[in-house]
Amino acid sequence: MAQPAEEHGHSHEGHDHAHGDDHAHGDHGAGHGGHHEEGFVKKYLWSCDHKMIAKQYMFTGMFMGIIGGFFSYAFRMQMAYPGHNVPGFGVVSPNEYNALITNHGTIMIFWLAMPVLIAAFGNFLIPLMLGCDDMVFPRINRLSYQIFLLSALVLIASWFVPGGGFGGAWTAYPPLSAKAQYNLTPLGSTLWVIAVALEFVAFLLGGINFVTTAMNSRAPGMKMFDIPMVVWMIVIASILFMGSVGPLVAGAVMLVFDQTVGTGFFDPVRGGDPILWQHLFWFFGHPEVYVVLLPAVGIVAEIITVFSRKKLFAYRTVLYTAFGTGILSFFVWAHHQFIAGIDPRMANVFTATTVLISIPIAEMMFVYVATLYGGSIRLTTPMLWALAFIAEFMIGGVTGIFLGASGSDIYFHDTYFVLAHFHYTFVPIAVIAVFAGFTYWFPKMFGKMMNETLGKIHFWGTILPFNGVFIPLFITGMGGDHRRIYNYQNFPELATQELANLRQFATVSLLILLAFQFVFFINLIISLLNGKAAGNNPWRANTLEWTTVSPPPHGNFAQLPTCYRGPYEYSVPGREEDFWPQDQAT
Amino acid sequence: MIERYIEQVSTYASDIDGLITLIGVIVGFWFVLVEVVFFGLIVAFREKKGVKAQYITGEEKHQKRWIGIPHELVLLCDIVIIIAAVRVWVNVKQTQPPAQETVRIIAQQWAWSFVHPGPDGKLDTADDIKTVDELHVKVNTVYHFKLEARDVLHSFSVPVFRLKQDAIPGRVITGWFKAKRTGVHDIQCVEICGIGHGLMPARILIQTPEEYGTWQAAQAATASK
Amino acid sequence: MQKPIATLRSATGISTGKLAVWWVLASEIVIFGGLLCSYLMHRLGHPEFGDYAAHTNTTLGACNTFVLLTSSYFAVRAHFEAEHGRGPQAAKWLMATIGGALMFLCIKSYEWTHEIREGFTITRNAFWSFYYCAAGLHACHVIGGAIIMGIIAADAAKNRELQRVELVGIYWHFVDVVWIFLFPLLYIAK
Ligand code: HEA
Ligand code: HEA
Ligand code: CUA
Ligand SMILES: [Cu+2]
Repeated sequence: MAQPAEEHGHSHEGHDHAHGDDHAHGDHGAGHGGHHEEGFVKKYLWSCDHKMIAKQYMFTGMFMGIIGGFFSYAFRMQMAYPGHNVPGFGVVSPNEYNALITNHGTIMIFWLAMPVLIAAFGNFLIPLMLGCDDMVFPRINRLSYQIFLLSALVLIASWFVPGGGFGGAWTAYPPLSAKAQYNLTPLGSTLWVIAVALEFVAFLLGGINFVTTAMNSRAPGMKMFDIPMVVWMIVIASILFMGSVGPLVAGAVMLVFDQTVGTGFFDPVRGGDPILWQHLFWFFGHPEVYVVLLPAVGIVAEIITVFSRKKLFAYRTVLYTAFGTGILSFFVWAHHQFIAGIDPRMANVFTATTVLISIPIAEMMFVYVATLYGGSIRLTTPMLWALAFIAEFMIGGVTGIFLGASGSDIYFHDTYFVLAHFHYTFVPIAVIAVFAGFTYWFPKMFGKMMNETLGKIHFWGTILPFNGVFIPLFITGMGGDHRRIYNYQNFPELATQELANLRQFATVSLLILLAFQFVFFINLIISLLNGKAAGNNPWRANTLEWTTVSPPPHGNFAQLPTCYRGPYEYSVPGREEDFWPQDQAT
Repeated sequence: MIERYIEQVSTYASDIDGLITLIGVIVGFWFVLVEVVFFGLIVAFREKKGVKAQYITGEEKHQKRWIGIPHELVLLCDIVIIIAAVRVWVNVKQTQPPAQETVRIIAQQWAWSFVHPGPDGKLDTADDIKTVDELHVKVNTVYHFKLEARDVLHSFSVPVFRLKQDAIPGRVITGWFKAKRTGVHDIQCVEICGIGHGLMPARILIQTPEEYGTWQAAQAATASK
Repeated sequence: MQKPIATLRSATGISTGKLAVWWVLASEIVIFGGLLCSYLMHRLGHPEFGDYAAHTNTTLGACNTFVLLTSSYFAVRAHFEAEHGRGPQAAKWLMATIGGALMFLCIKSYEWTHEIREGFTITRNAFWSFYYCAAGLHACHVIGGAIIMGIIAADAAKNRELQRVELVGIYWHFVDVVWIFLFPLLYIAK
């Protein structure tokens, strides 16, 4: 996190210029303070600056991602070599196994995908791309990160309490999750719910900033359809999150009461209903998958336009598909519960809505493919990641249709087919798109270029083994492997050599994948220490974050920019340059 | 596609597999099409010296067609998939042919108990036959099962039947199956139910009426002793 | 800390603070909405809830409705004064609103003490679990609102941040509206 020493100089300058700019455009701001030297704590831990908060989210997310990846290593080793000692972990017992998968799923979604895609990129990009000096509520922003950090600490703490971490799956269905006598993790399960609930609060607070900043603080001249797609997507995702998480927040309170006070909200013996939790969970859970999908799709839009030097094909259509997906996503939740004992007639409705959601998403994919047409494509590392996202996500998307069709979900439900389906959506989102965004904005964040050769080695070393992990799991799923089983030897039909080989193949692929992650971290460190200086706009991109210095100083811009056009005016006929930054008058 | 990996033993297994194949063909077609176009474009439009990218807004009518037509075709495919899915669903889950036999299935942490009607052919009478982790059924007979759970959620799954149903404490859920071949197969619990979730297998023994009769008589005899 | 320019911009024409309050309210609506929908689903499936609800004290509930509505009126007065730049008066009206909040909480604790004494605790059955959960969550909002109003009143008395008087007023009306839903659902519909 090397910040150049001249930051404060810039900050000073930014202050004065901001004043001038201020009056010119009718803002009545006091500008930014910040003459004195900030201490370490103030700068790195207690900062209100959106860029620092973004980095805090980014590195916390990265750290949690490493833990989640380590967990997947431990339980995949157990699955491939049941009962053997896992190097670096030990023998995996059944209850440890359950705790590992539960926390793997929870971490990857709530402590990797959400903080990196929404909070880190959202915090970093929204003010910069909209041409303002910070988020509208910097202190709420800081509070949001602090609550998030607290939630991560509570989750980590939950693994070390007596009884161990919660092992009732990330979906936490009661009565298993509600009663210690069933789950045998009296403290772990309560801490788990509390951690998740705190995380929700952090993101509700974060959403205030994302949405109000995007609505109110755009640079003068920036109209609705001049907003870069990634900002739109993060904002829509925040709204989706806010609209769907409420019932689960209430549900979490009810679950904690069931666990600790002894109420019976989800206890059938006492007049409660376990299915109620499933509705509350999935009413949130399904929109949630699009909450993480949309920012990823936004990141990809920025990258493919820059590296194919093309205008985004049908900007408005992309936006409408995002709205369509968002709205439809509230009406599909029960496809996770087809065989959970809901009224079978309801399944027909949810089949229809679920299969129809393929339309906006298919359209979005078609638009991206169409954007490549007529381009001048440069396969840099970020571009490779972005293209891989499209290619791989498609597999995850189309396999979702097998599950959305109620008739075939009878067989596929809770098999590894489902598992492979959602890893083919989540890994493109939380790993591939994250690396795409990270490598693309790294020069802006740190002022240095990353090494392209190492970047490409890391890319191929991740993409190829990734398919090696999950293609076999589609097949084991079709063969009947069901989820959350620590040892398949107990099921005669699943103990065959053929299935065991596939499981081992998946695990070995994972080992290769993990080994190649070291390339990334080496690249990260050497680029931070002595990467080539990036300059303001190494990718020759249009959006406003590239018009300021890298990394941007406190206050972001020497002079707050004015916006003259949309973000994707590449290769405009009649212009010398093949790009046309949003802040250039001519 | 599925039958390559696992036998079809119930009457509706082939319907479900047929649906899966149908979806496979439809989405497979689209998937291949999109990926081929996608990689084709990447190859065709690599950066070339002196060639500038084209300026295409995608907002004009003749350009939007490239999105609009596939869009309508996908809608058409979706409708086909929905109709096929609902037909299978209605047959397997929403309607039940009249029962010839009824069994009770009870799931608890971490075992399955099965209650078979005794020689009188009725459930919940004194001569019921209770077993643990072993379900006996007659081939070519429509069975209704009454599924219960004692403690937490479990899920009754017989992969060769393509049958799966969650068990919920406090409720009795009825479903049906008809086995079309004799044999011994796995029953799995597919809903996480605690530490022993991976230790909750059972076996289903599909027998000819004669074999079943012998077993039933033997059980009744030991019970009355 | 000085406010960033971002905070003072207003592309929508609505102040940033107001947008934020609406955001908070929207998220709260879904939280309460989820809780109340869960309650309604139980209620429709369990006719006996009506009998349990008979043990609630409808008179005191109605009193509390009246108290909250009155306090909302005070909040409107506070806003009116703040609009005209009269900070100290606005602060007084806010204090009156806080008085309403305290009154509400007193009545509530009296009710709860009685109910708990009679054995209607949170673990008694699903109805009472919902009763304490929903009313308790609402009471937390009353307490939170009162604290925020105290802080804003202190500022307003010195004629600072007067725009916030309106914002907390909006929030207070929301707390009021939630109660207007809770009251018939928990007390009356027997
Ligand atoms: C970000 C993550 C993400 C995304 C984007 C999706 C996208 C979709 N998901 Fe997935 N899903 C999960 C994450 C995700 N899912 C998770 C985590 C679970 C399991 C949770 C658990 O139990 O632990 C799950 C489980 C799950 C189930 C429940 C399975 C079960 O447990 O029985 C279902 C069922 O309907 C489903 C369906 C879909 C559908 C229809 C889509 C659609 O959005 C996909 C649409 C996209 C396309 C279809 C591709 C593009 C279109 C074309 C190329 C055109 C051609 C297509 C047609 C003609 C149809 N998913
Ligand atoms: C975002 C979601 C996400 C991601 C990325 C992953 C990644 C992986 N998952 Fe996970 N998984 C889930 C979500 C996810 N999973 C969920 C929700 C469940 C269900 C849990 C349940 O049943 O309750 C699950 C369950 C699950 C199971 C089933 C266990 C069981 O049912 O018994 C398996 C089995 O193989 C598995 C494997 C893997 C593997 C091998 C990876 C590998 O791809 C992991 C490799 C890891 C990395 C490559 C990390 C790299 C990333 C970083 C280091 C961060 C970088 C950050 C920056 C640049 C800022 N997962
Ligand atoms: Cu019983 Cu899993
Ligand atoms: Cu879903």
